[in-house]
Amino acid sequence: MKSKLVLFVLGFLVWLLLSWVPDWQHIIVGVFVAILVAFVVGDLFITHRQVLYHPLRYWYFFACYLPLFLWECFKANIDVAYRVLHPDLPINPGIVKVKTSLRTDTALTFLANSITLTPGTLSVDIDVKSGFLYIHWIDVKAKDVDTATKIIVERFEKILKKIFE
Amino acid sequence: MIDIIGLVFIGVGLAFDVFGVLGLVRLPDVYNRLQAATKAVTLGTCSILFGTFLVVGFCAAGFKAILCMLFLLLTSPVAAHAIARGAHRSGIKLWEKSVVDKYAQDKEGEK
Repeated sequence: MKSKLVLFVLGFLVWLLLSWVPDWQHIIVGVFVAILVAFVVGDLFITHRQVLYHPLRYWYFFACYLPLFLWECFKANIDVAYRVLHPDLPINPGIVKVKTSLRTDTALTFLANSITLTPGTLSVDIDVKSGFLYIHWIDVKAKDVDTATKIIVERFEKILKKIFE
Repeated sequence: MIDIIGLVFIGVGLAFDVFGVLGLVRLPDVYNRLQAATKAVTLGTCSILFGTFLVVGFCAAGFKAILCMLFLLLTSPVAAHAIARGAHRSGIKLWEKSVVDKYAQDKEGEK
């Protein structure tokens, strides 16, 4: 119930920001849309409530994760531009398998999204039960699981573990 | 002054979007093209939206641009993930010069 309420408030806020000029018609429609969304997917929104009560986790998120993520994102763009503009097209693609010790849904989602936005990697599938991720790598440097894990996953895993688990 | 910075951001964004499109044309298979498409979109389109925000300032369009940036960063990797998984499951092969395909090895025979 609480999760639905939080989602309702958040959805209504986003609606208000998008419609910007608050007149009655917008607000009434927004309330109904937010109720509908909160009713349908509200239970999926907050699953591990105790995570939200630690101020230190927010600190890790904004001070450690975000700068690292934005920097990697920037590097990824430069990397793609370099590969595309190079006349020989220096790619060496393949799908490798990496291992993760993260277990909660939120942490795995963040890990997969971060991997997709970092240089040269794209997550293809997750095996939640055994903790394997299948990564399409545009420039394969290592085929075995351990070395690939060390190169791709570790820089995010440590921080995400502190934030979400 | 802030207009000029905003226009510089829009210019950089356009350049990266052009690289992304070029990658879409030049790279050989679905997965490599997805890589170019997702990555160039994040910096390219986000930079255009941020430039728009700087040019128009704190008004309706500016806030919409910021919200769009946030949604783009959250949704574009998810969409790429879904397309890549769907493509592999429906049997699209990797480029013939690809080095390794652990996913096909593990999922062999599974439908």
